[in-house]
Amino acid sequence: MAKTKSIAGILGEARRHLPRAFGSILAQGSKTGLRFGDRLFRRLTLAFAFSIVALTLLIAYELYRNSVLSIGKFGWGFFWSSTWDPVFQNFGALPFLYGTLVTSFVALAISTPVGLGVAIFLSELAPRWLSDPIAFLVELLAAIPSVLYGLIGIFVLVPIMRSLGAPYGVGMLTAGVLLAVMIVPFITSISREVLMAVPQAQREAALSLGATKWEMTWMAVLPYARSGIVGAIFLALARALGETMAVTMVIGNRPEIKLSFLEPGYTMAAVIANEFTEATYDLYINALVEVGLFLFAVTIVVNALARLLILSVAKKVEVRE
Amino acid sequence: MSQTLLSAVLLLFLAAIGTAADAQTFINGAGATFPYPVYSKWFDEYNKLHPDVQINYQSIGSGGGIRQVGELTVDFGATDSPMTDEQLEKAKTKLLHFPTVLGAVVPTYNIPGLTGELRFTGEILSGILLGEIKRWNDPGIAKVNPGIKLPTGNIVVAHRSDGSGTTYVWTDYLSKLSKTWEQKVGRGTSVNWPVGLGGKGNEGVSALVKQTPYSVGYVELIYAEHTKLPHGAVQNREGVFVKATLKAISAAAAGAATNMPADFRVSITNPPGKEAYPIASFTWLLIPEKISDPKKGDALAGFLKWMLKDGQKHASDLLYAPLPKEVIAMEEKAIRKIRY
Repeated sequence: MAKTKSIAGILGEARRHLPRAFGSILAQGSKTGLRFGDRLFRRLTLAFAFSIVALTLLIAYELYRNSVLSIGKFGWGFFWSSTWDPVFQNFGALPFLYGTLVTSFVALAISTPVGLGVAIFLSELAPRWLSDPIAFLVELLAAIPSVLYGLIGIFVLVPIMRSLGAPYGVGMLTAGVLLAVMIVPFITSISREVLMAVPQAQREAALSLGATKWEMTWMAVLPYARSGIVGAIFLALARALGETMAVTMVIGNRPEIKLSFLEPGYTMAAVIANEFTEATYDLYINALVEVGLFLFAVTIVVNALARLLILSVAKKVEVRE
Repeated sequence: MSQTLLSAVLLLFLAAIGTAADAQTFINGAGATFPYPVYSKWFDEYNKLHPDVQINYQSIGSGGGIRQVGELTVDFGATDSPMTDEQLEKAKTKLLHFPTVLGAVVPTYNIPGLTGELRFTGEILSGILLGEIKRWNDPGIAKVNPGIKLPTGNIVVAHRSDGSGTTYVWTDYLSKLSKTWEQKVGRGTSVNWPVGLGGKGNEGVSALVKQTPYSVGYVELIYAEHTKLPHGAVQNREGVFVKATLKAISAAAAGAATNMPADFRVSITNPPGKEAYPIASFTWLLIPEKISDPKKGDALAGFLKWMLKDGQKHASDLLYAPLPKEVIAMEEKAIRKIRY
C-alpha cells in the first residue's frame, strides 16, 4: 500500500515537472527552426492524412470508371427507375436506395436512445462491478460476424415479427430491428469512452449546485461529450448503410417501393453482394458497380446532412443556455 | 560438427522442395458453386492417383468463372449455364464446353396439414410464379392432384436472391413451358421476379419455405435431399408425373443426347422420354482449346479422361446424376480437340 502511494507520488512529481521540460524543448525548436526529426514526423503524418483523401478519390474514380457503360445507357434515369431486370437489361436503383435509407433510419431511431442509455448507465450510474462486465459484453457483441446476426435474424427475429403481425416476417422493419441490434455496441462503447473522458470537475460542479443525477448528466456531462457521441452515431449509421449479409438474409430481397415497413424491400449493398458473382455481361456488372457508386455518394450526403442537422440543433441548445 | 550436419540436412531439404516443385503441375480453376462438392472430391482423388498434378478450384460462381477463364487468369473455368455466343466471342481464347455431371431443381413447399405429395405441371408452376395462381385450392392445381385436400391459403413464393445456376435452370424450364413467362420474365441467373420473397442461397430459400406457411420455392435436388425438404413431382413432356431421382435426371440427359450439338451447349429442360425429370441441367467445365503450357494441357486432358470414366462413380455418391453413356462417348472424342 505504502509502495503504491510512493509511486503515485513520484508520478505526480514527474507530471508537475514535465510541462516545464516540454516548454523548454519547444522553445529551443522555435529558436533553431524545426529539427530534422520533427520535420520528418510532420511530413510523414501529412502524407498519411493525404493518403485518406487519395484513397477516397481513387475509390470514387474506380467506381465511376467501372460503371461508365451503365451511366451512358441509363443516365439520370438510373436513379429514379424502379425496374431491375437483368434479363431484359433494364436497370434502375430507386428501390435499393429506398430500402437502404428506411432500414438505416429505423436502425438509428431504435439504437440511438438504447445505445446512449446503456452508455450513460455504464459511465454515470452503474457500480464498477456491474459496468465493467457489461462494457466487455457490449464490445463482444460488436465482434460477432454479421452472418451470425443474419442467422439469428432468420431463426429468431423473423418468426417473432410474423407472430407480431408482419405478413411475411421478413421485411424492411425486420432488417431495421436487426441492424439496430448490430449497431448498438458501436454507439454504446464509443459513447461510454467519451462520457468517461468528461472531467470529474464538470460533474462535481453540477452536483454542488444542487443538480440531481439526471440534471447533472443532461446539463453538464452530455453537452461536454456531444461531439464524441455524434461521432459514435455517425459510425453506427455508416455501418448500417453498408451492412450487407445480415440485411439480405432478413429483408426479403424484393426491389419494390412499398410504404409499409412490414413489406419486403432490398438494399444497395445487398443487391451488389447477391448478384455480382453471377453477373454475366458487362452492362450488368457496370449497373451493379453504379449501385456501389450511388451508395458511396449516398453515404457522403447522408453523413453531411446528419452532421448539419445535429450542429444546428446543438447551436440552438447553446443559445438557449 | 552438429552445424555441418544441420546445414547438410537443410540442403537436402531444400533440394527435396526444389525437385518436388519441378515435378508438380499446378492447375487453377474457378467457377460454378453447384458442382463444387463433386469437383473438390475429383481433384482430391485425382491428386492421389497422380501426385504430380495439383488442381486448385475456387467456387466463385459461374459468372466469375466465365470471366476469369475468358481473361485466362485461370487455366479452366466452370459454369452451370452454357456460355452465350456473345460471351464466347469476348473471351480471349476459344473455349470448349465439357459436361461433367447433372443436377436437378425441385419445387419445394410448405402447406400445413397437407397429406400426400403434390404434383405440378409447367402451367401451374409458371402460373404461381407469375402471380396468376394465388391460392392453393386453385382449380388448376386441384385437377392434377385428385384426392388431396388443398387449403385456401394464399401462396407465398420464395426464390433465390443471389444470382445462381439453379435459377437459370428453373427459369429456363418455365420459359419453355410458358410463352407469357418467356416474354415477361425470361431466363437468367437473376430475373425480375413478378412476385415473391428472395432468400440467399439454397439455405435462404429453404428457410423461407420452412418458416412461411403456404409457401412454395425451388432448390437443388441435392440440397432438398440432404435437408429432407418435401418436393413435388413435375409433369414431363410425355405427360408423366416424375419425381426427381438420379435415374430420372440421367434419363433426361439421355433424351437430349440424341440431338446433342457438337459444342455441348444444350439445355435439357423439358426433354423427351417417359422417365425423364423435366427440370435438369448439365454443368460444364470450360477448357481453352489451345493450352500454351504442354504440361498443363497434358494434365487437363488426362483429368478429363479420368473424370469421364472413374470420376463418374464418385458423382452418384454425392447425389449428382452421372452422365449418360452417349454423352461420355461424345466427350471422349472432343478431348482430342484440345491442343497443347
